[in-house]
Order: sequence, then C-alpha cells, then structure tokens
Amino acid sequence: MSRNRLESHTGATLDFTFNGKAYQGIVGDTLASALLANGVDVVGRSFKYARPRGIFGHGAEEPNAIIQLGAGAATIPNLKATQVELYQGLEASSVNGWPSVDFDVMGIIGAFGRLMPPGFYYKTFMYPKKLWMTYEHFIRKAAGLGATPVEADPDSYDKLNQHCDVLVVGAGPAGLVAAREAARTGARVIIADEQSEFGGSLLASKQTIDGRIATDWIASLVAELAAYKNVQLLPRSTVFGYYDHNFLTILERRTDHLALSAPSGTRQRIHRVRAAQVVLATGAFERPLVFAHNDIPGVMLASSVSTYVNRYGVAPGNKLVVFTTNDNAYQTALDWHQTGRQVVAVVDSRTNPSGEIVDAVKALGIEVLVGHGLIEARGKKRVKAALVAPINESGTQVVGAVRYLDSDLIACSGGWSPAIHLSSHTGAKPVWDPNIVGFRPGASKQQERSAGACRGTFDLAGCLAEGASAGAEAAKLSGRGDGGLQFPGFSVEEYSEQPQQALFLVPHTQSTSRAPSQFVDFQLDVSASGIELAVREGFESVEHVKRYTALGFGTDQGKLGNINGMAILANALDQSIAETGTTIFRPSYTPTTFGAIAGRDVNHLFDPERYTAMHRWHQQQGAEFEDVGQWKRPWYFPQSGESLQKAVNREGLAVRNSVGILDASTLGKIDIQGPDAAEFITRMYTNSYLKLAPGKCRYGVMLKEDGMIFDDGVCACLADNHYLMFTTTGGAAGVLAWLELWQQTEWPELQVYFTSVTDHWTTATVTGPNARKVIAKVCNDIELSNEAFGFMDWRDGTVAGVKARIFRISFTGELSYEVNVPAHYGRHIWEALIAAGEEFNITPYGTETMHVLRAEKGFIIVGQDTDGSMTPADMNMDWVVGKNKAFSFIGKRSLQRSDTVRENRKQLVGLKTLKGSDVLPEGAQVVFDAKQKIPMSMQGHVTSSYYSASLGHSIALAVVKGGHSRLGQVVYCPLADGRSIAAEIVSSVFYDPKGERQHV
Amino acid sequence: MKKYSAFSLLKNALSYHENWQKVWRSPTPKKEYDVIVVGGGGHGLATAYYLAKVHGITNIAVIEKGYLGGGNTARNTTIIRSNYLWDEAAQLYDLSLKLWEGLSQELNYNVMFSQRGVLNLGHNLQDMRDIERRVNANRLNGIDGEVVSPQRIKEIAPLINISRDSRYPILGASWQPRGGTARHDAVAWGYARGADALGVDLIQQTEVTGIRRKDGAVVGVETSNGFIGARKVACVTAGNSGVVAAMAGLRLPVESRPLQALVSEPVKPCLDTVVMSNAVHGYISQSDKGDLVIGAGVDSYNGYGQRGSFHVVEHTIQAICELFPAFSRVRMNRQWGGVVDTCPDACPIISKTSVQGLYFNCGWGTGGFKATPGSGYVFADTVANDRPHPLAAAFNLDRFNSGALIDEHGAAGVAH
Ligand SMILES: Cc1cc2nc3c(=O)[nH]c(=O)nc-3n(C[C@H](O)[C@H](O)[C@H](O)COP(=O)(O)OP(=O)(O)OC[C@H]3O[C@@H](n4cnc5c(N)ncnc54)[C@H](O)[C@@H]3O)c2cc1C
Repeated sequence: MSRNRLESHTGATLDFTFNGKAYQGIVGDTLASALLANGVDVVGRSFKYARPRGIFGHGAEEPNAIIQLGAGAATIPNLKATQVELYQGLEASSVNGWPSVDFDVMGIIGAFGRLMPPGFYYKTFMYPKKLWMTYEHFIRKAAGLGATPVEADPDSYDKLNQHCDVLVVGAGPAGLVAAREAARTGARVIIADEQSEFGGSLLASKQTIDGRIATDWIASLVAELAAYKNVQLLPRSTVFGYYDHNFLTILERRTDHLALSAPSGTRQRIHRVRAAQVVLATGAFERPLVFAHNDIPGVMLASSVSTYVNRYGVAPGNKLVVFTTNDNAYQTALDWHQTGRQVVAVVDSRTNPSGEIVDAVKALGIEVLVGHGLIEARGKKRVKAALVAPINESGTQVVGAVRYLDSDLIACSGGWSPAIHLSSHTGAKPVWDPNIVGFRPGASKQQERSAGACRGTFDLAGCLAEGASAGAEAAKLSGRGDGGLQFPGFSVEEYSEQPQQALFLVPHTQSTSRAPSQFVDFQLDVSASGIELAVREGFESVEHVKRYTALGFGTDQGKLGNINGMAILANALDQSIAETGTTIFRPSYTPTTFGAIAGRDVNHLFDPERYTAMHRWHQQQGAEFEDVGQWKRPWYFPQSGESLQKAVNREGLAVRNSVGILDASTLGKIDIQGPDAAEFITRMYTNSYLKLAPGKCRYGVMLKEDGMIFDDGVCACLADNHYLMFTTTGGAAGVLAWLELWQQTEWPELQVYFTSVTDHWTTATVTGPNARKVIAKVCNDIELSNEAFGFMDWRDGTVAGVKARIFRISFTGELSYEVNVPAHYGRHIWEALIAAGEEFNITPYGTETMHVLRAEKGFIIVGQDTDGSMTPADMNMDWVVGKNKAFSFIGKRSLQRSDTVRENRKQLVGLKTLKGSDVLPEGAQVVFDAKQKIPMSMQGHVTSSYYSASLGHSIALAVVKGGHSRLGQVVYCPLADGRSIAAEIVSSVFYDPKGERQHV
Repeated sequence: MKKYSAFSLLKNALSYHENWQKVWRSPTPKKEYDVIVVGGGGHGLATAYYLAKVHGITNIAVIEKGYLGGGNTARNTTIIRSNYLWDEAAQLYDLSLKLWEGLSQELNYNVMFSQRGVLNLGHNLQDMRDIERRVNANRLNGIDGEVVSPQRIKEIAPLINISRDSRYPILGASWQPRGGTARHDAVAWGYARGADALGVDLIQQTEVTGIRRKDGAVVGVETSNGFIGARKVACVTAGNSGVVAAMAGLRLPVESRPLQALVSEPVKPCLDTVVMSNAVHGYISQSDKGDLVIGAGVDSYNGYGQRGSFHVVEHTIQAICELFPAFSRVRMNRQWGGVVDTCPDACPIISKTSVQGLYFNCGWGTGGFKATPGSGYVFADTVANDRPHPLAAAFNLDRFNSGALIDEHGAAGVAH
C-alpha cells in the first residue's frame, strides 16, 4: 500500500514510472493522484526561477504538474498530471529540472530571482549588440516545457460533423439535470465532459440528493440518459472552442486512457457541432490564496485536497492547515478529519465566521483561528510549517504576532471563480459581481445560457434548479417541449453558507516588494510584487500588465491566477475590479492536439490528387510527374536512363518532325449555356464572341478589373447559346468562381449558367506534321481536309468508335487535333491513337516539352510569363483586345490609365544568348549594364527559358522595360555565381514566325 | 529618461525594485498639438518617435482608443524579412530591417530582434521560378538571400519533412538569414517610452470619433473625451482605417478582414528559424518562450470582429503537420484573430490625402509588423515635410487611379 493511500480505497493495481522510478497506483487514479499516493512531492520546476513545484489542483486548472508522457515517436509533451488517467505501464517524466527535478542546477538561478523581475529582459541583454543572439540562445534553452517528438505521429485522428438541438457542456449536477430535462422533450442532446466520468464536483462529494449519496444519484441519472436514443454521452470530451453561429468544437480522447498510442482505431476525434441551443454548465475553479511561498509543494487547493481524499482515496500529507476566506473550505477539514489524519487548524480570514459548518468543525475540536491570515509557508521541497498571524478586518495588514504551525499540507481557498471561458469565446463580456467575488458570464451573444457554478451559483440545490430550467428552456427554444420542468424539485442536504471575504493578496509583515514571493500565476512565476512593479512602472491597462508580467499566458491560461492578479492590479491602481476590466479567454479551453485539429487531411489526403484517365498508362511508361494545381501531370517520359533535357529534346523533335501526343485533360473546361451566354462571355474576355458560329473556336484573354491578365484559353461555340470555355489547368476553379461572381453580383439580369466539366472530358492532343494522318486512321466520319476542317474549327465525330469532339487548336504551332471524349473512354482513345500513330513513331510528351514548344512559338503561359502586372499590350497581344466592342469588358477602363499606357512598361520579348549553348536561368534579372554597382537598375526578368533542340540553341522569353522597341539590343543577366550572361533582345516568336505550320 | 542596463537592474534589485521610473506619463491632453497621430499601434508610436527625434516636432499627441500596441501590434506573429520582390517594396522593407538591426540600442529597450533567418518554401516548379526571380531581385537590390536545396533546408530546420513522397514535396526555398522575429509588445513599448521621453503625449482609452476640417484643411479631431485641435493629423489605424477615413469623407481602397494566429504550448527548442510556405499555406516559428507561433491566410469575408472561423485554423494546422509531421502531438494553447487592412496590390498606403494636413499610413495588411520602424520613419518625414519621403512616394493613394500598383501578391510567398 502506498503511504498516502487510504485503506478504505482499494482496487486493481497499475504499475507506472515517474522520472524513471517505479510506482504503483490503482485503477481509477490519475497520474496526479497516484503520485500523491506515493508521496511524490516535487513534480516539476518552475519556468523562470526553477523553483520546486508540486501538484496543486486536481483538474484543468493545474499549473505545476506538467509532464512528458512516454518516449519516442508517440511521446506527448506538457500533459497535466491531473488529467492523465493512469494505465498499466505508463511512463512519465518531469519537463524541467537538470540533472533532476529534485536537484536542479537552475535552482541556483532562483536565488537570483530578484534580478529577474517582470520584463527584465527588455532592460538588459542589449549590449554589446552582437551578443544578443548568444544571450537568446541560452534564454531559449531555459524556456519551453516538454519536448516535441522528433518523428512522425504514429496515430490517426478523425472528425465528426454533428447537429443537435441542445448541447450541454459539463456533466456536473447542473449539466446532468439540464440534459435530462432536454432529453425528455425528445430533443437531440449531446452532453460532453472533459473528465473520464460524469458527475463533476459531485464525484468528490459526500452529499446526498433525494436521499441518495451523490455517486449513486449520478450513476442512475447517467444510466437514464444513456437509455435515451436521442442523447449522446461524450465523456473524455473537451468542448474547447465556441465560435460564431453556435458552432462548437469538441475534442474526444478515445484511447489516451489505454495507452500512449491508440491500440486500435483513432486516438482522438473532433466533433464539429452546430447546436441549436447550448447549456454551459462548466462549473467553477477554486481560487488559491496569494501568500508568501504559496508555491511550495504541499500547498494545494482545498477542493483538491477533498477530491483526492474522497474520490481517489489519497491523503496527500499528514498535518493539514486549512486557510480560507469562506465556509466552503471547512468541508476539507471535515473530510481530512475523517481520514484520521490531523487537522492542525483552520485559518479563517474573516473575523466572525459563525455558520453551521464552522460549528461542525469546531465541534470536532479543531482549532479555528478567525481573523487570521496564513502569511507564509516554510519549507523547501515540501511544506514544513505555516506562519499565521492576526490580520485586520479588511485583510490588508498583519496586526499581531506571528505563530508557527507545524504542518506539511496547506489547503487554501479564496472562493470560487466561475468557468466562464466558453461564454467568453463568444465575445460576451464578463461582469464582476462582488457578491460572489467573481466574474459572471456576460450577456449572451449566441444561443446559450449558463447554469450552476459557471453562472456563480455555488449551492447544490441552486445548481440543480438552474440546470433543470436551463435544459427545459434550451429544449423549448430548439422547438421541443413547452419549457416546463419534469423534475421541479430536489431535496438536498447542505450547510447554509455565510458571506465570504474578498481577499486577493494576503498581507505579510513585510511590504509586497520585500516579502518572500507571493505567487499569483505559478506556471509563469508571476508574483504579487511583479504586478505591483508593473503598475509602478506605468503599465495601467490590464492587458499591458498581463503582457508585461506574462500573467495568464501559461498552459492553464490563468484559470487560477487571473482573478487574483487582476484584483491585485486594481488595488495597486486604486480602482475597483470592475473598472480594471477583465481579460478575454480564447480557445482552446484546454490545449488541443494539433493532429486532431488536422484530422485526416494530412499526408496524401492533405489535398486531393487528381489524375487523368491515362494516369496509369503514364506511370507504366515511367513518366516523371509534375504537380500542377491538384493535378499530377506527366512532366516528361524518360526512356531508359534519359535525363530531362535528353527526353525533352527527343520529344520536341518528334513533334516538329512527325507527330507527338499530349495528355491535355487537365485544362479547365466550363460549359456555358443560356440566351445571354455570348454576351456574358464577351464581357469576360477582351475580344468578342457575339459572332462566333457553332463549329468555331476563338482564343481569349481575361483581365482583372485592374487590366492585368488573369487567365487565357480557347472558347468554342458548341451550338446557339451553348459554349465550352477552356481555362488554364491551375486557373480552372478561380475562373469559374470569377464567372459566378460577376453573374451573381453584377449582372444577375443575364441568363447564363456555368457547369464545370473539367473531369467529364479527356483530351488527347495529337500534334505535328503527321497529325492528320494519325487521326484519319481512327476517324472516318469527319472530313479532315484543311478546307473542310480548318484551324480554329471544331467538329463532332467518332474516334475509334467513341463519340468525340475534335478541336483544331494548337499550342505547339503545328497541325494539331485535340480529341475530347467522355473521360472514361480516355485510356481507350489514348491507346487507339498511340496504335494509329505507331507507323509515324508517335511520341508521348509531357509538360516540359509542351513548354518548350510553345516558347519556341512565343505563346505565353499565364502565371509564368505574366505575374498579375501584365496587360495584353505588354504581352504583345493587342490583337486580342476588341477595342470596338459594344459593351465594355472587365478591365477595359484600366487599360486607359496613365500607368497602363505608359511607355517603358515591361514588355514580352525573346532573348537569345550570345553563346547559343548558354541557357538563361528562369527568374534571372535583366540589366542593361552588367558592370554597375549594387543596387543595380533592374529592367526586367527571364520568365521562360529552354534549350530548343529544333533550333539548336537556347531560347528565352523575358519581360523587359520598353522591350518592344529594343529589338537587337544586348542585355545582361547577372547570376548568383558572379557570372553575367549576355543576350540579344529578339522577337518572342522563334519558330515559324509566319505561323504557317498550324494552318496546313 | 533613465537608461536601462544590467547595472540599472542590479541597482534597482538592491532597492527591491521600488524605484523604477515610469515607462511613460499619463498626461491630460492639451488643447492643441502640432501633430496628432491617431492610433497607438507600433506604426503610430514609431511615427511619433521619429517626428520628435528626427524632425524635432515634439508637440505631438498619440491618441489610442484602447491601450498602446493593443491592435495588430499585439496580435501578430512577428515575422520580419525584407525579401520582397518589387524594388519599391524591397527598399522600404529593407530600410525597416536596417532600423531593426539597431533598434534595441536606439530605443534602449530590448525588442529582442532575433535574426534567426526566414525560409520561404517552394513546392512546385512555378514556386521555384518565382523564388529564383525574387532572390535574384533581392541580390541585385543588395538584400541578402539565396536559393537553398531541400537538404540545406533540412539542416536549417531538422524536423521538416523533405520527403519526395509528400503531397507537395519541398523543392527548395529562399533563405534570408537577416530575417527573423522580434517581441511585438516590446516594440510598441520601446517606441512609446522613447516618444514620451521626447515630450510626446500618449493618450490612451480615447477614441477619435471625427476629423474636423475647415476650408479643406484639417483643424483637429473629435474624441470620446472632447475636441483636440491639431495642425496635422496622421492616421495609423490599421484595420480601422476605412472607418477613420470616412470621418473625413474619404474612401480608401482597403478591405478589412480577420487574420488568425495560434500558439502551441511551450516546448523545448525545436525550430530555430522562421518557415513559411505559400503552396501548402502556413508559417511557423518558435518564440523565446518556446511556443510554436503559427498562422496562415485571411478569412475570406470582410468584417471588424477580431475573430475568425475554425476551418481556417484547421487548414493552417494541416499545413503545419504536413511540413512538420512531428508536431502533430503538440497541442494548441491559444488562438486569436486581428483585423487586417488589405490593399488590392498587397502593399501599403503612405500618403497625403485630398484634405490638407491629413495623412494616412495603412494597408499593411497581413505583413506590416516587420515594417514598423521603416513605416514610422518615412511617414514621419512625409508628415513633417508635407511631401512624400522618397521611399514612400510609390505608396501614394494616387496609384489606385494611375494603375501604378506594386503587386506583391503571390510573388512574395505568404504575405507576412
Ligand atoms: C494574426 C496576425 C498575424 C500577423 N503576422 C504578421 C507577421 O508575422 N509579420 C508582419 O510583418 N506582420 C504581421 N501582421 C500584420 C501586422 O500585425 C500589422 O500590419 C501591423 O502590426 C500594423 O501595425 P499598426 O501599428 O499599423 O496597427 P495596430 O497595431 O493595429 O494599431 C492601430 C491602432 O489604432 C487604434 N485605433 C483604431 N481606430 C482608432 C480611433 N478611431 N481612435 C483611436 N485609435 C484608433 C487601434 O486601437 C490600434 O491600437 C499580422 C497581423 C495579424 C492580425
């Protein structure tokens, strides 16, 4: 039996290790309760001063017991020991302390704590200037809590989208009865609680409800809820964020209580819940008292001491001193007394506590020191004594002699702070209520209400009553039930309570600045003197003080410290707390695993991969692929051991000399129909489509409002009022959104409809002088002669037995047929064309060759040769702008702006290196004078650059200031390696300048 | 102003820190000022500081509706770099970077400017072309930077995933060693302390509600605490700029949208540099406290609520887990949003207006923190001399009429 385990509490044992040492706990333990049972005092070291720290709380509020769980790929940093359920074989360690938490060399730093007041780093480490990075290196090393894994996460995570009528957050007494009231109306209810068991505060309570002890009452209520088909129970589920439109996020921990990594299935999952109505029943956190050295292991929250005793059967010490400002904590004295261990005294800051529970404690012969403060704890790694002294009525001064109480456990209670976090996420502004000495949730901004302790109602009867009516009301507002209560009353036995005292800083015999540290935020070592110092230095806003001292920035997000800190600040500013304001809580309520937030959308599901119908064929041919948007496109088809350049040379020559074939299926395709289709399309492109006849195609350019090129492609007239628009591969989604935007918001009067058909069609481009011969072998119902089926025409027909549309458009400058068939015939057509082309050595080519071929022709690629700052004129494409169109087109007006008509704009030109074998790097900058000093005057840049096998030299496209009037001039590209490549400005059309080959 | 140093810290420690000087005064506003700066964010405070320091104008008030540095200055992810594509932007941001390099000493306040370098990753061939172009431009502009290979990236950030098998494999990156991060609050406070010491009145919890004009010229501002006269009014109100401009009857080409960020729990040093990715869309660095500081793109709707949608957070974290699979088990501690003022060309407005004596400095959008010193410097010069500072000239309001936009979209990676 572990030394602090109560004999009354038994269960199956579980082995675990902490900092390498073996211990035993029992089923139902948290790591914290098991450590306490084993008498482990020091579990961590503080962030800044490396002070020894012990377990302080029992749940989400825990600031000190931050641990690293396990090792290797599945290790988890920064868990709170109070929230880790014990399992067989669990391994945990402290996150700080070297060589060990018990003896930490950094502890020496603690001795110099006075040199490190808040913000000391803003005032030092500035000189000498170059040493900052060295100082910072050590600051960083000292910071941080646990360590991240260094390998990929072995676990997977899920998401679930849910709708419900009533979401109840928190399964304490208020939440449970709220859920029951709602459930009985037939409403779809979800009730979620962060803990492993439902019951909340009642789990550690000895009270009775309707004559039954609390734990039994919970069990039957939970059983009843579980029996409803319309109720979903989510234990181990943290509602971590409350977003707009009643959208809440829940992290469900499915396997963390079983093992480090999920034994099977997913480790955690996020429920994305859209709730009609929400009941917040999130309870309250007990507030610590701020006295000197209140951080020594052995100082705990009173409710935590009771919880360990009552729920876990652990008495974390021997000689207890209770220090309180309220009646509630007297319960801890009663609970402790029951264990048979000693209650040394109850120290009550109030001058005349006289309630029932006070009498009950006194009746046990326990000494009650009224009008006293526990002004300082003594001890190093464990409390050894409590220093108590009489204090004045307002709690600001020590007014009598100090007395030592021999003790090893201090349970403190400064009252309760409602857990208003989720309400605060919605933007509701918390309201200070002096009666409860805490913030209540502000007026609702969403469909939510709070019930029970999170609303500042602390008695059990009150919690139950509020929970019930909140549940009924929420159900009614979601359209279920009439709002009436099914269970109007509960009979509860509890002590009536008398008023508490508001005491946020316990006075000491010395002034705050000179007294031993009185900690407010344990995790970040923020003390009362630190807050007062911030005020002394002129920081007046609560946000400034928080940021200057780091108050509330820990992983507990100030659940314990914020109110005390704010009150100490208010006092230093001589203001009320209400005037000082509050701070906003933000998601996450408690920290949320990244992997769970990411869900399944990682690795290969990070973004869908899109394949064309011929993808397998390409793979079988050993193609290398390029990511273009979401698509995988063949980049080149290397034959045994061929380099990219060799393959591209071969592929390009094949197209120029015989015939090649390209998978062009990825180009965006938008089917456009409606009586106003031609008009609409004409407004989107710079040229006109009003007279485009069925059977004809036209190339167009789209501009944004600023006149800059945004996308390009061919648009075909399929029939009257029916068009097919091709877009760039990467631009497809953007273009469709663009069309919809204009149609829906600007021209709703135009009747026109858009359908994305990109995936419906497979496109095989057959291009090269022998293209017609290839097509003729597989298609005999289209007259293929140039006269009957000319350039920029399209025809319906049958290709290899499949209905097809063939477009005579060309991106290579050669005779080209783009064969479109329904996508599932893609591979069939492709193979048929390959077979038909065999005698001409038809050569599949990829995007790289496509780029070279089009660059030889000076055809631009939007996004590569343009960058959002290029007009059609800049691209030497004035011919595509219909200046006489009846209706304006998007971007037209901007083409007249002074900067757009300016001479010396960057213009598309060709560059030919003086040494033909030099290939300019894409992205090289162009200068006129290579000898100038840096900063150089840059005149443009290389947008596309290749070696052209057909031409036998390199070619490049570039944009150069005033380029159109600089043909023949020599420019330079200064490279990173110090070389500078000279090139002549030439026409951007390198091959077949008259454009005859595509017309044959 | 009493100087901060290790010695002053020691001295004050001996007197239990009871004698520190106030960082700034809490003055009551005067009737009239030579210049009123509206907005006490980093940019507004820097503007006031340089007006006083460089131009000798000390009869200045900074009027802030909340607390100093509480807007985007307090909410940003503090990435600093100057590897912008276009000459105009690159020069402005590099002026800023040079000022950062001496800022702690200039202000005698440690702004923790940490030159741990910035990687902008490329994941496809076009990304790499853009990166080459930008790095070449930077180099010829005298700005440090190089294109680095996946192997080199792995050396710089060992936990990054450079596998060729990932959905969008990393093909390379631009690397700017002079880039890094700084401590946002310290920047606001350092400038505020410096400005206050030079006589600038810092007036908090006072909202400007109107801009009073007479004969086409500004004469002062209406505030929640009454009218305050001014010969010149310089507005530096970030996400609220459209609202403030409307007070003078002006419309700005600015859209205000939520931009979110988040931090993990603090962990031991595991990432020594700033990593940004446009294609996978996320960026990350680790603060001195140990938090992983993470962000991504703006929410796609306009609004002034400092809150965004969860799905943006999901996408952001997916991107981070994609780049750093080992971070999957780290946990999100806190998440928040700011309101960013974006211009159509992703570049700021630093400009005179059609109202005599009224100036605007806004439109920094998702990436203005890095510009804080430079922005304040050139804006102060513009206001003091009633003409654009040479480096600010390109950022005038007229560019939206002339079309001389400085399009930093895309080319600059994620715009932070
Ligand atoms: C989540 C997020 C991440 C970011 N990350 C980065 C990054 O990594 N790197 C980077 O360089 N930039 C980043 N930015 C952008 C950067 O934060 C801003 O561009 C920059 O801080 C703007 O500074 P500012 O001083 O102009 O604005 P702010 O700090 O917002 O200051 C404006 C001030 O004006 C005040 N104000 C407004 N209206 C009035 C009025 N009527 N009267 C009086 N006062 C008024 C406001 O209260 C506010 O304090 C990020 C922004 C956000 C939101």
